[in-house]
Amino acid sequence: MSAREVPQGRLRTPFYSRLAELDTLNAWHTWKGYTVPDALYCADTEYFAIRNSTAVFDLTPMTKYRITGPDALVYIDRLVTRDMSKIRPGRVAYAVWCNDQGQTIDDGTIFHLREGEYRLCSQERHCAWLMDSAIGLDVSITDETADVAALAVQGPTSFATLSRMGIDGLGELKPFGLMHVDFDGFELMVSRTGFTGDLGYELWTAPENAVSLWDYLFAAGEITGIRAMGTDALEQARIEAGYIMAYIDFLPANATMRTGRTRSPLELGLDWLVDFKKPNFNGRRALAEEKRSGSTWRLVKLDIEGNKPAHHAYIFADRKGRKNIGFVTSATWSPVCKQNIALGTVRMPLGAPGSELWVEIFYQREMHWSRVMARAEVVDKPFWFPKRRGLTPPDLV
Amino acid sequence: MTDRYDAIVIGAGHNGLVCAALLAKGGKKVLVLEANEQVGGAAVTREFADGYSVSACAHLLYQLQPKVRKELGLSPKLASDAMQTIALSQDGEHVRYAGADVRGVGGADVTSYRRFHTQMSRFADLLNTYLNTTPPRLGTSEFKDLATLARLGFDLRRLGREDMRTFLRLIGINIHDEVTERFESPLLRGAVSFDAVLGTHLGPRSPNTIMTYLYRLAASHGRLAVPQGGMGTIAEELAQAARTAGVTIRTTMPVKRIVVENGRVAGVETATGERFHSATVVSNADPKRTIMELVGTRHVETGFTRRISHIRMRGNAAKLHLALDGLPAISGLAKAEFGERLVIAPDEHYVERAFNPAKYGESSAEPVIEMTLPSFRDPSLAPTGKHVLSCVVQYAPYALEGGWTDAAKEAFTKTCIETIVRYAPGLESRITASELLTPADIEREFHITGGHWHHGELALDQFMFVRPVCGAAQYRMPLDGLYLCGAGAHPGGGVSGAAGRNAARRILREQAA
Repeated sequence: MSAREVPQGRLRTPFYSRLAELDTLNAWHTWKGYTVPDALYCADTEYFAIRNSTAVFDLTPMTKYRITGPDALVYIDRLVTRDMSKIRPGRVAYAVWCNDQGQTIDDGTIFHLREGEYRLCSQERHCAWLMDSAIGLDVSITDETADVAALAVQGPTSFATLSRMGIDGLGELKPFGLMHVDFDGFELMVSRTGFTGDLGYELWTAPENAVSLWDYLFAAGEITGIRAMGTDALEQARIEAGYIMAYIDFLPANATMRTGRTRSPLELGLDWLVDFKKPNFNGRRALAEEKRSGSTWRLVKLDIEGNKPAHHAYIFADRKGRKNIGFVTSATWSPVCKQNIALGTVRMPLGAPGSELWVEIFYQREMHWSRVMARAEVVDKPFWFPKRRGLTPPDLV
Repeated sequence: MTDRYDAIVIGAGHNGLVCAALLAKGGKKVLVLEANEQVGGAAVTREFADGYSVSACAHLLYQLQPKVRKELGLSPKLASDAMQTIALSQDGEHVRYAGADVRGVGGADVTSYRRFHTQMSRFADLLNTYLNTTPPRLGTSEFKDLATLARLGFDLRRLGREDMRTFLRLIGINIHDEVTERFESPLLRGAVSFDAVLGTHLGPRSPNTIMTYLYRLAASHGRLAVPQGGMGTIAEELAQAARTAGVTIRTTMPVKRIVVENGRVAGVETATGERFHSATVVSNADPKRTIMELVGTRHVETGFTRRISHIRMRGNAAKLHLALDGLPAISGLAKAEFGERLVIAPDEHYVERAFNPAKYGESSAEPVIEMTLPSFRDPSLAPTGKHVLSCVVQYAPYALEGGWTDAAKEAFTKTCIETIVRYAPGLESRITASELLTPADIEREFHITGGHWHHGELALDQFMFVRPVCGAAQYRMPLDGLYLCGAGAHPGGGVSGAAGRNAARRILREQAA
């Protein structure tokens, strides 16, 4: 084996040089070993770029596995709860996967790149679980996280930006579709996906093309209000979209020590992803049993009165706070909805959509703590779901 | 449809036969499919040289559960019973023991051995209760599981404070510590150590070798017997009991796969493509073969697959068969004593040293050997005046470095014979034929992954509640309609029938509910 240089310290994504140029705050943190910005200029400005123009997010650190081989479909179909045989080449599926006990390990997106060739993207790393799932199947699994540079291009003008950049045929790309294009001599994959709940795309290419891709993109986006963004703005946007996050809204099942700290997909509002018509998938037996006997928890989307974000708040069934039924896992003020929103977990059967719950919010003013019991309504739909998100072709704005 | 059965049992090993017979007695229409020509699995008698027959794997009967005997009305004809173990010494000063009695050692050892055997037998009785029942599930609120657990706790308490503490202290520790603490005689220490590690990938200093010793004593306190006609007659008798109960047994029918339709078992397909339908398939094959090969991992879940694939089951015991043109001479051994069990394990360190190379994929340079001369009391096994020497030889690791080539087998055979010759000078000139069955051969001939006679190492992490794996210890596998009934399931190997009986009872109870 030849000697390989192992990078020391935090890794830099192929876009680092461009991010660093734009950075004014010097606020960075680690995401899966990579150094990434909390924000580059101002989290609020970046957030508004998502909702009003085009925001660009470097998602290279996102865990990416390439899954190929004769049994690739059998493998993925057994791994995740939804029916993957329906996901044709050129389509992307949001999916969730469980352990044998039907408890969520993680959620992510699966790209059917070409016939029998898949890419699985997730927040967490899953090498051991994926390898164990391959036992007895003719399938090969490669961690390609570092081999693929990826950018999310999100917002109402994202279609206009990418069209100006010169991606042909983008107008026909439907939500959760992907296409391969030859762009300026290199291979580029474009998918209509994202984590913001808005119109948006993700661009995927080899790391050596990263800088040139970035430059084309930002040149094209000059008149459509393009901005690079950090993770703070994304966090706000994803809560508005009602997207859940590992380690925040649920714990990966294989990372918990205590019983009862995991969540099943049914308890995360992902029952639409669980296809009991499939004869076998990881967790099927346990989930079928849970469906029969009832879940313990329910994920709720809360529209809370007032304007104080309900970070880490307890949720009660009554105003007096006599019956503690759960807690908030994600909370933010939503500028675009003008709502105080949160995601939380409550004990079944409470928290049905339309029901009224109470959230105990603590806030600090000049060191002294205050407490307010805020009324919260359980809502069914994502807080933010603009029409443009589903429009094909999208408006050029 | 004519070929639809209530249950199909894959493999006519002794457990498969017990299970099939009891299912049939419970009113089920049962089909047993056996890959080999003979029934019995590893409990077979077969000719290995012209006119010489031998029990091909297991050659001593001591674990057959009384309940199996009773429920199936078995009364095997024994060529020998209550055999002595004779721990051979090169100088002819052998140590002999049977039951609680030992001879050839000092007075202190006599008392000590008696106490040891009595106490171990008491513990083994406790263990045996639980070998004959489905282990309870842990972490459930099912009344039956909780009741069994409570009873286990109660039974432990009932041993009395002193014995309970001793039991709990001993169950995880190694036999070496115990024998050195209790006995002075190296021969006795060696032989008892060997008893504890027979058939395992463990040495006397390995943990839980007291547990394996208790396992050996469980059914009959270690009372040794040899069936007339070899172990195959036990299998034949079981097959007869099964047929009488209405079971159809078909041999030379290797099952290629278990058919799974719509997420549940639908039957089996043989190597010749023949299909048999049943909503219940009971596998006497080991758990790895059952899940990884017959079912296919795609039909089960990842966590279960991982556990199954991690079962430790590398056999380490080889079987050596020698055709002799006459009785060998062993100094200090009376002629009548050739009918007993002879052991070469001169001291506890010898046994451990025999094990050492096995850790690194090498066979023992000085193996430990258990010998019987079945033809001595059962002349039908060999031509008149000639004899069969049947030996269990350790350690012969399944995954031998470089593989079990003909040269490797020849070399190990030579090593074994040289070892025996030290005790039986002149033996080599009496050998007219020999056969060595390494774990690799046992795997091939008896379809046991790793050639491990317990279908999975007998260790605390693969025992009781977690045998074969955590979450599937109740014979029912996490695939609707699939059950295990072999040694890989609770409680383990040996010609005991416990796994087959427990599985049948479990299936009957579940299907009655």
